[in-house]
Amino acid sequence: MIEAQGLTKRYGRTVAVNDLSFTVQPGKVTGFLGPNGAGKSTTMRMILGLDNPSAGTVRIDGRRYAEMKQPLRQVGALLEAKWVHPNRSARSHLRWMAASNRIPAKRVDEVLEIVGLTGVAGKRAGGFSLGMAQRLGIATALLGDPGVLLFDEPVNGLDPEGILWIRRFMHRLADEGRTVFVSSHLLSEMALTAQELIVIGRGRLIAQTSTRAFIDMASESAVRVRGPEMERLRGVLTGQGLAVRDVPAGDDGPAALLVPNSSTEQIGELAGRVGLVLHELAAQRGSLEQAFIQLTGGEVEYHAGALPGAGNGSPPAGTPAAPAQLTGPPTRGIQAAAADATRGGDAR
Amino acid sequence: MTLLTVERIKLFSTRSPWWCMIIATALTVGLTSIFAATTKSSDLPEFTPSVTQFAFNFGLVVMMVMATLAVTTEYRFSTIRSTFLAVPTRTPALVAKAVVVALLAGIVGEITAVGSWGIARLIQPDAPLTLDTAQEYRNVFGVGLIYLLSAVLALAVGLIVRQSAGAVVIELIYLLLLENLLPAIPRIGDHLQHWLPFAVGNNFIVAGQPETDDGPPAIEGMPFGPWGSLAYYAAVCVGLFVIGLILAKRRDA
Repeated sequence: MIEAQGLTKRYGRTVAVNDLSFTVQPGKVTGFLGPNGAGKSTTMRMILGLDNPSAGTVRIDGRRYAEMKQPLRQVGALLEAKWVHPNRSARSHLRWMAASNRIPAKRVDEVLEIVGLTGVAGKRAGGFSLGMAQRLGIATALLGDPGVLLFDEPVNGLDPEGILWIRRFMHRLADEGRTVFVSSHLLSEMALTAQELIVIGRGRLIAQTSTRAFIDMASESAVRVRGPEMERLRGVLTGQGLAVRDVPAGDDGPAALLVPNSSTEQIGELAGRVGLVLHELAAQRGSLEQAFIQLTGGEVEYHAGALPGAGNGSPPAGTPAAPAQLTGPPTRGIQAAAADATRGGDAR
Repeated sequence: MTLLTVERIKLFSTRSPWWCMIIATALTVGLTSIFAATTKSSDLPEFTPSVTQFAFNFGLVVMMVMATLAVTTEYRFSTIRSTFLAVPTRTPALVAKAVVVALLAGIVGEITAVGSWGIARLIQPDAPLTLDTAQEYRNVFGVGLIYLLSAVLALAVGLIVRQSAGAVVIELIYLLLLENLLPAIPRIGDHLQHWLPFAVGNNFIVAGQPETDDGPPAIEGMPFGPWGSLAYYAAVCVGLFVIGLILAKRRDA
């Protein structure tokens, strides 16, 4: 179990992590989610005693990392795959790590076997591909057979096969009763990997919740509706107390109305009761990425471009490219609606 | 003890320490053998044990670079973080590193010193190269101790600067330029020189040796005798290392 209490890190006048409190339970994969620059890595470094917090404490199973006698036996971490001397072999690297915590040398061969690096154990680590380096990092984390494991962006730069392998691997570790804490900036990846989520933006806690609840909350649905008599349609809908938004004509098609927090059944029946002709009636669900951007929108450290406006489906330069394992259906023009729905839940 | 093993594995599982050791030995022994082979027979009476060590500074610089790199490469490749993850109190790991690196530098220092002296005896058997006095023993065997302490100093600079090029440049500029230029300052220069660490450390080796044109020069009027000089030099090196330890403990890795 990991417990953070009021964790804060300042670099000069910049506040990287701001009064962060959370707990990570054993037996589950807990995702640590936030945009780039949100303070995930800094938090992980503070958990591991590499960075000193400006305020607050973080304890692992009740103790600070620096108080542990042989920490590798209790906590395993993969913060960055390339923390290896490029001219040192994988086996030498694991050998000195093991020796430092009196872990028997035969464990080195065991973990090499687990991650499938036995064949290249004698090769210099500098020549490893990113996937191999990532596996070596995981081998390092597993060296002391620890009950608590931390992974910082473990799937970054991996091919689909590697991503699947790591995901299954983390599930297995959690099923064995270990505490697994894994950071990512990809909600879609976390949706498949984590059962619990801790979401941060600009160093502040946005939510700690189960992944399912977070996704339901984040990606609220809306209904897109269009007909020849738009003004009458609008009147009927607002007459029922529904919020209605104009979607101007664009790439998605002609002008339409967007009704958040509604269903196609409800709107279809409303229109039918008053004899309105409809040309389009479609449910829309935001992709996890876009919902995530909305949730953390005010909390993103580095904007590369403007966020998209309502009704404009083309993603702007600043939107992270959707990865291959996209779980949400494609979306059109839901950003503004989702923003309204979630703004109230903002940490500020 | 386990941490000494760890640092030994780390040091010898990369190639650069080996290269540094080979270069340090080859440079000093090689230069001395050339010197010995080209000494005119009329100069032979002045070919003393002190003269066989004229090149020790070259090997010393190489071993200081090795000691600096032992810590700066850890920062360069972030293995220092792995080290601090394994030993979160940090100080024991760094002390172990200093012990391993310093011992290795000391051994290499003795090898270069005895090697230089031995090859000179082989090439010039008629030169007065027997070791009789305490001063002559210090001339040869003292070199290893200076290597050992200088390695601690170089490691400390690496720990403070945390960057290979920067740390090495600082050491070279100080050792090869500043220590030679500061004494040139009028009036206070000579006085200053008596307290410069490398000048004092050097005094441990050369104190009391007969006047010679070729060996490491002896400086007149040093404040300490040989062992006092060694203690002063050791205090400077260890003091700097303690500063490095405090910084390493306080700074984010």
